Amino acid sequence: MEIEVLGNKDTRSGFGEGLAELGRKNPNVVALCADLIGSLKMDAFKNENPDRFFQVGIAEANMIGLAAGMTIGGKIPFTGTFANFSTGRVYDQIRQSVAYSQKNVKICASHAGLTLGEDGATHQILEDIGMMRMLPNMTVIVPADFNQTKQATIAIADHQGPVYLRFGRPVMPIFVKPDAKFVIGKADVLNEGTDVTIIACGHLVWKSIEAVKTLAEQGISAELINMHTIKPLDEEAILKSVSKTGCVVTAEEHMMHGGLGDAVAQVLARNLPSPHEYVAVNDSFGESGTPMELMAKYGIDTINVVDAVKKVIGRKG
Amino acid sequence: MNNLELRKIASQVRRDIVRMVAAVNSGHPGGSLGCADFLTFLYFEWMNFNSKEFSMDGKNEDLFFLSNGHISPVWYSVLARAGYFPVNELNTFRKLSSRLQGHPSTDKKLPGIRMASGSLGQGLSVGIGAAQVKKLNGDDSIVYTLHGDGELQEGQIWEAAMYAAANKVDNIIATIDYNGRQIDGDVDDVLSLGNLELKWQAFGWEVFNMNGHDFENMRSVMNEAKNFCGKGKPVVIIMKTEMGQGIDYMMGTHKWHGSAPNAEQLQVALNQLEETLGDY
Repeated sequence: MEIEVLGNKDTRSGFGEGLAELGRKNPNVVALCADLIGSLKMDAFKNENPDRFFQVGIAEANMIGLAAGMTIGGKIPFTGTFANFSTGRVYDQIRQSVAYSQKNVKICASHAGLTLGEDGATHQILEDIGMMRMLPNMTVIVPADFNQTKQATIAIADHQGPVYLRFGRPVMPIFVKPDAKFVIGKADVLNEGTDVTIIACGHLVWKSIEAVKTLAEQGISAELINMHTIKPLDEEAILKSVSKTGCVVTAEEHMMHGGLGDAVAQVLARNLPSPHEYVAVNDSFGESGTPMELMAKYGIDTINVVDAVKKVIGRKG
Repeated sequence: MNNLELRKIASQVRRDIVRMVAAVNSGHPGGSLGCADFLTFLYFEWMNFNSKEFSMDGKNEDLFFLSNGHISPVWYSVLARAGYFPVNELNTFRKLSSRLQGHPSTDKKLPGIRMASGSLGQGLSVGIGAAQVKKLNGDDSIVYTLHGDGELQEGQIWEAAMYAAANKVDNIIATIDYNGRQIDGDVDDVLSLGNLELKWQAFGWEVFNMNGHDFENMRSVMNEAKNFCGKGKPVVIIMKTEMGQGIDYMMGTHKWHGSAPNAEQLQVALNQLEETLGDY
């Protein structure tokens, strides 16, 4: 597999750069933040567009309502806070004032999942993809690295309708080309293979790249799909790949229930029932620790992808 | 518009309300009747809007957000009577595939509605957001919101109140339907609001008091409130109303907050309300 590492950065910085670029080119983009400007890397947008930036304070419910109201009159609001406070805390506000009301709000969520690290389980939301993909009208995007997060941030401004954009805190390798075009709902095939399909999102894409290399050394040919858009899901890419490989592993920094794995399972159950293993957190809250320690402890690391691949290949008829 | 004309329209709106809820044996007549005079005043005398060509963005129009969405019958009646959609459509209220959902929504594209409401406490934030965008767009129209008094028990209202004052959002006039009643009983018994006027003042709002059934008083207070806009402070009007106003047996109780009259009760109600514009 030819994957060139272009550097190391956090995905939240990709959001910050993308938002800053939007601020320069699209006068309708406005941004709101609930007391986490530094954590969300929204400083550049704020400094360059003080009249279009709204500090809301620690009041996320109000932030979602304000953003919904700001669409009336033609603005495109981007809200920024941690993933936990972007979803679980404000689910009803998003449901009624954004999703049901079909408002053009972009809910941008950092520090998602276990890799938030030392702050512990109160902040490590693992249910957000599930909650957001259950909402009608909602688009759900989980980009894989810094470059892709920047590209996705810019792309969603041109998409009419509510979007949930999920990214994170840890510094991870960059492998998406800086000039790649981000297309909502169109999966990226990173490696072609014949024995198994690995479908990953977010930080687990990098872990899966590492797994594909390990598997190749052991003679296993894995196809790897970066499923950056969870909803609408690229069903065609899934079916095309799994009809060739006959089995699938999904990998995500999320609860086993309701996330990417379940989204893929629904497509396969209806169209192409196939052996499927999940790399995901199994019905558990997280805890304090370093991001990499937590990924290892909760079974969402490279080795877990490798093991899941071997198991699922063994289940093929 | 003179007070007599407004009274006539409000009487028809009240007829519409009780006929709508009775037809489907569901809905919220009490608060709807209590706010019939205010919404009539807003849409037939006060606000600047274009009901013939509804636009979601409402640029250079005054905007109204109903935060206590359960009193949808009064809003639907007033919107229809003000020309947003055919009056006959009121007979679809709460029926399958209707644009007149139990609580207001945008997904079926009913002209006049810019935000779903029903889950309480969200409309003040929405109104403030819309007001801030009016400023960004150089649009000097006013944003109006209406809230139930029981709705003020929701925490988001106070998040929004704090934000609007801190950010000097002075092109919004929020109105509280202060009828003192909610589903489970008197607001004072369910969860007292304490001194409401002092609460809003402490949150940095300019407070006006208004009689929600006296058009003369409404006109004078609304003038004062509007003249206060642009002075660096958000404005709230505590509007005293009677739940069930206009129908004797519905007044003085919380019982008709969310219950519809039966056929016999409907007839008693209609006998108390003059048909002025023709029933739908």
